Amino acid sequence: MVTPLLYALVSGFKSTDQLSSNTFGLPHPWVTSNYTSLLGSGPFWRSVGSSTLIAVATALLTVGASALAAYALARFAFRGREVLFTVFTMGLMFPFAVAILPLFILLRTFGLLDNPWGVILPQAAFGLPMTIVILRGFFREIPGELEEAATLDGCSSFGFFWRILLPLARPALGTVSVLAIVGSWNNFLLPLLVFSEPTWWTVPVGIQQFQGQYASDVARIFAYLVLAMAPALAFYAVAERQLIGGITLGATKG
Amino acid sequence: MTHSTSTSTASTYVPDLGKSTGVTAVSPGPGPRRPVLRRVRDWFAAFVFTIPALALFGMLVLLPMGYAFYVSFFNWGGFGSPTDSVGFDNYTRLFQDPVFLGDLWRGVLLVAFSLVLQLPFALAMAVLLNQRLRGRAVYRMLFFAPYILSEVITGVLFSMIFAPGGGLADKVLGAVGLDGLGGLWFAGQNTVLPTLFLVMTWKYFGFHMMLYLAGLQGIPAELHEAARIDGAGSWQRFRHVTLPLLAPTLRISVFLSVIGAIQLFDLVWVISAGGPDHHSETMVISMFQYGFKRYQMGYASAISVAMFLISLVFALAYQRFVLRRDTEGAITTMRAGR
Repeated sequence: MVTPLLYALVSGFKSTDQLSSNTFGLPHPWVTSNYTSLLGSGPFWRSVGSSTLIAVATALLTVGASALAAYALARFAFRGREVLFTVFTMGLMFPFAVAILPLFILLRTFGLLDNPWGVILPQAAFGLPMTIVILRGFFREIPGELEEAATLDGCSSFGFFWRILLPLARPALGTVSVLAIVGSWNNFLLPLLVFSEPTWWTVPVGIQQFQGQYASDVARIFAYLVLAMAPALAFYAVAERQLIGGITLGATKG
Repeated sequence: MTHSTSTSTASTYVPDLGKSTGVTAVSPGPGPRRPVLRRVRDWFAAFVFTIPALALFGMLVLLPMGYAFYVSFFNWGGFGSPTDSVGFDNYTRLFQDPVFLGDLWRGVLLVAFSLVLQLPFALAMAVLLNQRLRGRAVYRMLFFAPYILSEVITGVLFSMIFAPGGGLADKVLGAVGLDGLGGLWFAGQNTVLPTLFLVMTWKYFGFHMMLYLAGLQGIPAELHEAARIDGAGSWQRFRHVTLPLLAPTLRISVFLSVIGAIQLFDLVWVISAGGPDHHSETMVISMFQYGFKRYQMGYASAISVAMFLISLVFALAYQRFVLRRDTEGAITTMRAGR
């Protein structure tokens, strides 16, 4: 299971000649230039920065908008509430790819191509259904007495949301944020279409382009892969619980 | 706006569709009806809170979906506005397009592979890891790690491992004296799909395994204990205790597997771009090719509408006939809309 990953790690320390003559053994000598040249390169760091920025902005926007909507859908009784909720849950079944053509045209019309918002906004929009479903379930489990007490103490509905509900829902917010970040970090189709200029290339787009550019220098591509995997795996190690909790929750809810 | 009968009474409390909570959403007033002022205020607050999500969702999900539907009736290159209306021509073309029909067939194959091989394998690993095993947490993390990696990373990695001649796969076969078995892998018309499936299994089985593990944790140990006392062997316990209780999880995992196969793109695009000669093409790849490479936006939109309809029909049928028993869950709540 880990063999491909280890193979990539070790291969990154070889030269491409070594890779074909000495496929299985440890590198001899250890070549560090593949890694160091990447770590010293602007485009690599730029793509990491771009991915990070887009992922964080997507998560903030998705979770912010979803939390507000989930609050309304969970704790207010109003006409059409279930219809509205159904509209959002139907979004769970819309494959991203179905909307990608008109989305592209829409973004072009608004001048959002080669603009990070062109990726952030659609990602957030498509992340809403799952996030709303998870958060709504969570918000419903917070006792109504708490809200009554807060209202009696003069708390407005937004005040209750901001000062009581959100702090209580911190674990759930963590989970959905992690899901949004991972989803954004791994997204490929949208950034591929939106960013024609290298300025904003995210990590997946960067790798694909790198592979095309250095097709014959296999060892270097391995090094690139390893460096690109590192942030994702590190994030996974840190946020493992939220992530797995979120996926199992998200899957059974969606 | 219409709404289902259960909510139309405008009572103080809208009953939950799920089974879990009985929490009243709003503090109930003294009488059966809340004061008008309170209702208006609630409605307004709810409106304000929902606006950001609704605006995003409407503009960037619903509108594009609707537009895709509209464009699918035109012969359109993607520039200016569509004017050359062709009625259902794009759709009739779908049924004659060997590439699209091939996409459907390959989709069916991938689903079949997943159900027959990938999911049972995931289940076996989950049952194994659910026992008290040394280093269980480590295994769990390792098996799940591929799922975290982006499909692009996975794709690039395996396209090098399965590179004909110099790749790891061929070298391994060569080293154990099976040179003849090494081959074209992703470059061969008959080998590309099986090899792709191998990579998909590597990437996704950990996800299903995680789902099953979560499901297994929900099965009370007493049940296994009781079965053991009644003399049930381990296979019998698996067959008659674990499997039925895990059924809801299995049904979800099958659902996600099918939807995932319909939407497969990144991995294939990076590895083979649908080639050689369309032998690994999926619906999304066809859509992408027609839309962004050949500028047949109308036809590409027809493909995406078809893809949407296939997912929708599958999802509705699946939830109607299979998931109905598992009342909890978002897709299930869509019965409110029926």
